Amino acid sequence: MNILVCISKAPDTTSKIAFTNGDTQFDENGVQYIVNPYDEWYALVRALELKEAQGGNVTIITVGTPADDAVIRKALAIGADDAVRIDTPATDAYFTAMQIAEFAKGKGFDLILTGKETIDYNGSQVAGMLAEALELPFISVAAKLDVEGATVKAEREIVGGAQEVEVQMPVVISCAKGMAEQRIPNMRGIMAARTKPLNVVAPVALDALTTYSSYSMPAAKSSVKLIDPNNLDELVALLHNEAKVI
Amino acid sequence: MNLVYINSANGLSKAALETVTYAKKLGADVAVVTNGGADASVLASLGNYGASVVYQDSSLDGQDPSQLVKLVAAAAQKVSATTIIFSHDLIGKAVAPRLSVRLKAGLVAGAVALPEANGNVKVNVFSGKAFGFVQVNSATRIISLLPNSIQPEANSVSCLVEAFDSQAGASAITVKATKKPEGAIPLPEAERVVSAGRGLKGPENWGVVEDLATALGAATACSRPVADIGWRPHHEHVGQTGVAIRPNLYIAAGISGAIQHLAGVNGSKVIVVINTDAEAPFFKAADYGIVGDAFEVLPRFTEAVKRFKAAQH
Repeated sequence: MNILVCISKAPDTTSKIAFTNGDTQFDENGVQYIVNPYDEWYALVRALELKEAQGGNVTIITVGTPADDAVIRKALAIGADDAVRIDTPATDAYFTAMQIAEFAKGKGFDLILTGKETIDYNGSQVAGMLAEALELPFISVAAKLDVEGATVKAEREIVGGAQEVEVQMPVVISCAKGMAEQRIPNMRGIMAARTKPLNVVAPVALDALTTYSSYSMPAAKSSVKLIDPNNLDELVALLHNEAKVI
Repeated sequence: MNLVYINSANGLSKAALETVTYAKKLGADVAVVTNGGADASVLASLGNYGASVVYQDSSLDGQDPSQLVKLVAAAAQKVSATTIIFSHDLIGKAVAPRLSVRLKAGLVAGAVALPEANGNVKVNVFSGKAFGFVQVNSATRIISLLPNSIQPEANSVSCLVEAFDSQAGASAITVKATKKPEGAIPLPEAERVVSAGRGLKGPENWGVVEDLATALGAATACSRPVADIGWRPHHEHVGQTGVAIRPNLYIAAGISGAIQHLAGVNGSKVIVVINTDAEAPFFKAADYGIVGDAFEVLPRFTEAVKRFKAAQH
């Protein structure tokens, strides 16, 4: 089984979020980048489990600059066989997805996995875009994934519940919690990652469809109003008269 | 014309009414395209929110996004849509990105407000810790609207319902089983949510949470550890790795408020936190706080809500 796992860098969850250049750019000063958790914990680890059980190859791919190689090496240390970096800054989701689609076309990947979203832009866009560009079926936000022969058996989230579905490979799947458990790379994996192939591929020329023109921070919360635990009528009155939510 | 996709297979959801309201507020006439076999009278009621026409393909059950993208693309072509609106729910997340590629139309995913005067659209970024303003560079734009970002608003126009054959072909996805509790308020659509964490000490203690939720007409939710140990179903888990919600009122009992939990609820308009630990980080994100034992506070809260409701009548 030939599996392609799309990974993205993302700022560590505890990073301070700030903007620079007149609030038009994310301030990367002091930000530690990690592999986007949905891509790593669920998509990549499940791909490795499937490969270990059934044989095959796991390739990771990202769209980015040489600065992203550290994040790629981390994903290789967890166990991917080889890596591809499309050598251009990832602008919007469309640009990113079309670069990956261009690379993946005709390479015979049976499964193309992504995380359900990145924790920075939260768009949940790249997987669906890839599926359309490659004319493949798409299972969005899957929490379980198994493969029997050429059939994918997955469980996907639906509003208020879950659904077991089947589809024939090849297929694009975005992966969510439940699919696998995080793996911590060991020393052997980290050493091996240094010599695994990282193929740098030139991008194709195309324009982004969207641009982030600026950013803003939410208004600071006023400090919490403490209520006497013996006077819940006061809380209900405040929720009605002041907050107007009941 | 503006085009809205809704899934009406299970009737009209609040999210569907929000998207029609949003499209109407953009200014142009609104067409709706939908799958499923809802009654024409039900679909015609979308006229109350500003829809002039509803195109219905009752042959599609809505399970395969590659069929739905063909449905929406065919309708977009029919009405020469300039803006196409989805709800940023699980179906919107599956279909809108496909449509973006198919039409080469820029997608604003997870809008939280109407476009600004310059056309840029506000979205949540960094898991709700900041906002971004997205400019669309293509002639046609697609916007998926985060549920509970605007309220449905009456704007009556006469509404035609027409059968529509999208010629979407066969479904590639076979549904084997659906697990969905009947009658529950879907969490992303709930206006009020009562949530609890490990502080409740065990699944058998959830009665106090459910009682308050019932009194308030709220949905119930839980923290990640509670879903992980299996005290509550996974679809109730709110937070970074679970569902992100933005209700008007979020009440959290026995949840400390780790950054990953806050990422799923920080879009809530009003947050009430109940915790025995006055130093719990959640109090910093709360509007109202009660330092106290959930087992005592929740039943008193429920009684106070009942007294308030009785006094209203």
